Amino acid sequence: MQHSKQILLARRLLDRDYATPITIEQLSRQVALSPYYLIRLFRRVYKQTPHQYLIHLRIARAKELLSRSDLSITEICVTVGFESLGSFSTLFSKVVGISPSAYRRSSQSMRTSAYIPLCASWLHDVHETTDA
Amino acid sequence: MINRLAVTEFWVTDQNAALRFYTETLGFDIRADVTVGDYRWISVGLKSQPDVEIGLNALKAGNLLTADEAQFLTKLVEAGKLGHCVWKTDDCHKTYDELKAKGVEFVQPPTDRPYGTIEAIFKDNSGNIMVLSQDKR
Repeated sequence: MQHSKQILLARRLLDRDYATPITIEQLSRQVALSPYYLIRLFRRVYKQTPHQYLIHLRIARAKELLSRSDLSITEICVTVGFESLGSFSTLFSKVVGISPSAYRRSSQSMRTSAYIPLCASWLHDVHETTDA
Repeated sequence: MINRLAVTEFWVTDQNAALRFYTETLGFDIRADVTVGDYRWISVGLKSQPDVEIGLNALKAGNLLTADEAQFLTKLVEAGKLGHCVWKTDDCHKTYDELKAKGVEFVQPPTDRPYGTIEAIFKDNSGNIMVLSQDKR
């Protein structure tokens, strides 16, 4: 695909800088594509927009910290790149299904390894590296 | 020789709603929460039985299910014809009262069964049928 290197670079930049304020304009400048074109190509490759991918990274990291760290929810909110506790809590609840505090309460005995049983990964054709 | 059950799965119509139900209403723990692309493996389990996990498997079209299959299975789950499970409790009446107060839908109140148990039947918020069973002493 044309511009595949730039799309991969955009993903790598998001992977590296997800905890910092980053706009689509900044990202598109860094990979030398227009914002519109970047969003279109990124979605074609990764089935989600750069913004959706960024939110996914932040929420995944927040889940990890909620279950495995002693950081307060406010500290976690800031650590993963959200500026407002309210918007973090609202978004987290919408994406995950329960609030950050409920997630922390329920996830203290969660396995530390990111493991999907073979039967499930085989049935659902899941082969990529896991993120949590 | 097989020596224990480790993982099983329920189909759920909405993973987020199911997670709320199993953690906040039933009080289960989250065992795993892993997202790969648009696939999410989320499993829960009882605090008192840490080596058993139950996957809450999303009923949606994707790699495994066609849209028709997902629609068909959803109808079966919502009608209580697919997922069934028995949970043990020390006090069926008390647990019934607690869960009922939390809004759990029961299709049968605690009832003496001739085979030595008291059993109530409820649905999870997808429609899976759950038996709440107490052994009579």
